[in-house]
Amino acid sequence: MGDTCNRAVEMPVHQCAILRAKGYFLNMLVFVIRRLLQSGLVLWAVSMVVFLGIYAIGNPVDILLPDDSNGAERDAAMRALGLDQPLWTQYGLFVWKALHGDLGFSFVYNIASIDLIFSRMPATLELAFCALLIAVALGIPLGLWAGLKPASRVDNWIVTGSILGFSLPGFWQGLMLIMIFSVSLGWLPSNGRGELGTVFGIQTSLATWDGIRHLLLPALNLSLFKLSLIIRLTRAGVRETMPLDFIKFARAKGLGGQRIVGVHVLKNILVPIITVVGMELGSVIAFATVTETIFAWPGMGKLIIDSINKLDRPVVVAYLMVVTLMFIVINLVVDLFQAALDPRVRIKGLSK
Amino acid sequence: MSTAADIHTAPARTRWQQLWHDYSRNRVSVWALGFCVLLLLAAMSCAWLAPQNPYDLAVIDMFDSRLPPGSRNPQGMTYWLGTDGQGRDMLSAMLYGLRLSLFVGAVSGALGIGLGVSLGLIAAYWGGWVDTVIMRVVDFMLGFPTILIALILLSLLGQGVDKVIFALMMVQWAYFARAVRSTALSERNKEYVEAAISLGLSKLRIVFGHILPNCMPSILVIATVQIAHAISTEATLSFLGLGLPITEPSLGLLIANGFAFLLSGLYWVSVFPGLLLLVTIFCINLVGDRLRDILNPRSQRTP
Repeated sequence: MGDTCNRAVEMPVHQCAILRAKGYFLNMLVFVIRRLLQSGLVLWAVSMVVFLGIYAIGNPVDILLPDDSNGAERDAAMRALGLDQPLWTQYGLFVWKALHGDLGFSFVYNIASIDLIFSRMPATLELAFCALLIAVALGIPLGLWAGLKPASRVDNWIVTGSILGFSLPGFWQGLMLIMIFSVSLGWLPSNGRGELGTVFGIQTSLATWDGIRHLLLPALNLSLFKLSLIIRLTRAGVRETMPLDFIKFARAKGLGGQRIVGVHVLKNILVPIITVVGMELGSVIAFATVTETIFAWPGMGKLIIDSINKLDRPVVVAYLMVVTLMFIVINLVVDLFQAALDPRVRIKGLSK
Repeated sequence: MSTAADIHTAPARTRWQQLWHDYSRNRVSVWALGFCVLLLLAAMSCAWLAPQNPYDLAVIDMFDSRLPPGSRNPQGMTYWLGTDGQGRDMLSAMLYGLRLSLFVGAVSGALGIGLGVSLGLIAAYWGGWVDTVIMRVVDFMLGFPTILIALILLSLLGQGVDKVIFALMMVQWAYFARAVRSTALSERNKEYVEAAISLGLSKLRIVFGHILPNCMPSILVIATVQIAHAISTEATLSFLGLGLPITEPSLGLLIANGFAFLLSGLYWVSVFPGLLLLVTIFCINLVGDRLRDILNPRSQRTP
């Protein structure tokens, strides 16, 4: 579509711009619709897997009723829960209720499981964002440093360190943080969120000094893997960009090293980094289950592990559906962001 | 396209010799490989190496529990790395745990390669709707973090070595499928495939006999990284109490058992298995990194 606008054809510049904008808009629209359809398909597939997995394996009545209940009581309970219906009717009911925000009641807490998840979500999001912030704030400078001095001592140390960061199992690294900073040195607390403060109506650990002290170790624990990733991405990006012609040109123009790196190189490598950071948000939320378990952080990750161990199925279902939805939204936003910036993604998406 | 490289590698050396030649130019990588082999041998011969059989309740004495490293028991046996909460010798438990961790990593990796490579090749060679369906599933799998998929599967399946292996296979195959498909797609248009087609060879033979060997470099790189990843994931799942049962402690479970003691200052129960796990994964990753450097044509010039 963009090709119809050709400078070789006699055409006023403003008309050309309009055509370009139209082509851009159309491309984006088709892309958005395609991606939305795909997202819907993914959500449907997950709901299917979760439903079959949770409801078709084992009978919840066995858990809900006392052991000495008779056959009539069982039948009544089955009818009350709709378990006497054929499987597809049950699935339909499950989807219908899920669309209305009803994913069942927690067996353990006896409140709507979706409310339970939402009440724990802020703690997890706070942890995840802080971890990503640490990873970006440390990772980009270190990656730049290593990338600008290839094969030097600094480069070797940073690269080896990042491989070590990849290799450190997250949970063990968390234990070591506790051992060093909580048990041996006694500097930082090792469990809970600490004192919460309110900022703009949101309860957060970041508002109080005590809260920040509690947040520090878990956030560090969660960020280490992503830190290694960002270091490697930045380093690879710098090394790919530095020999390119436009950098040589900028040098020939007499620009200083700082300006070349700070503006020209950084601008080029930032897009892939932002994309990856966006995509990693989902993975950070998933890995928060481990961190939250170690540091007794009252987020939804700890909730899901506890629920799996207590066979609290509605909470597990609700968690999976909510997290899937979050992933789909994150992936969608990242894809749209990429498509808006990079025409190749749009075209590739269309030709598929 | 790659004729220059082909001519260069043609004399005398086989492909594997060339690989070793390139690989051995970096000393750290050779050490890492040596360590991997050493760990593998130690794990395989743990029944002879370990001073104690950690599964044999008859030789474990509860009175020896929580002894610090270097303590001796009344029978004159030295616990070099201390004992855990049940009075097990840590060194023995770690060797057995290492065996289990490596076993789970290797088997799940092999199964993942088998499934992923087959599906990737099928997708690349058959194309059309087969390709679309397989790659959509791959995208779906890669859209979710490994740990989450494994968590879902294990929460449905329950504990056990076979279930952990199955879950790890399911989270790994998509990486192989994607890599093999893209390599195979570029291989497909090369002359030797055309030659094989004109010889009248069957599709299966072309795909598995001719295209597959040329996908080996990328499979090798991903396999090393994925096996390290699988070992780490298994440890994490076991730590969360969702992986292996308590009767068969892998390294992750040993670390988890030591968690409670850690807060009271008994560091060795958790630190030593963790260090062993770290060294294992680190060495495998170093090997994988080196392989990627020499097998990736884009970075071939860097020494």
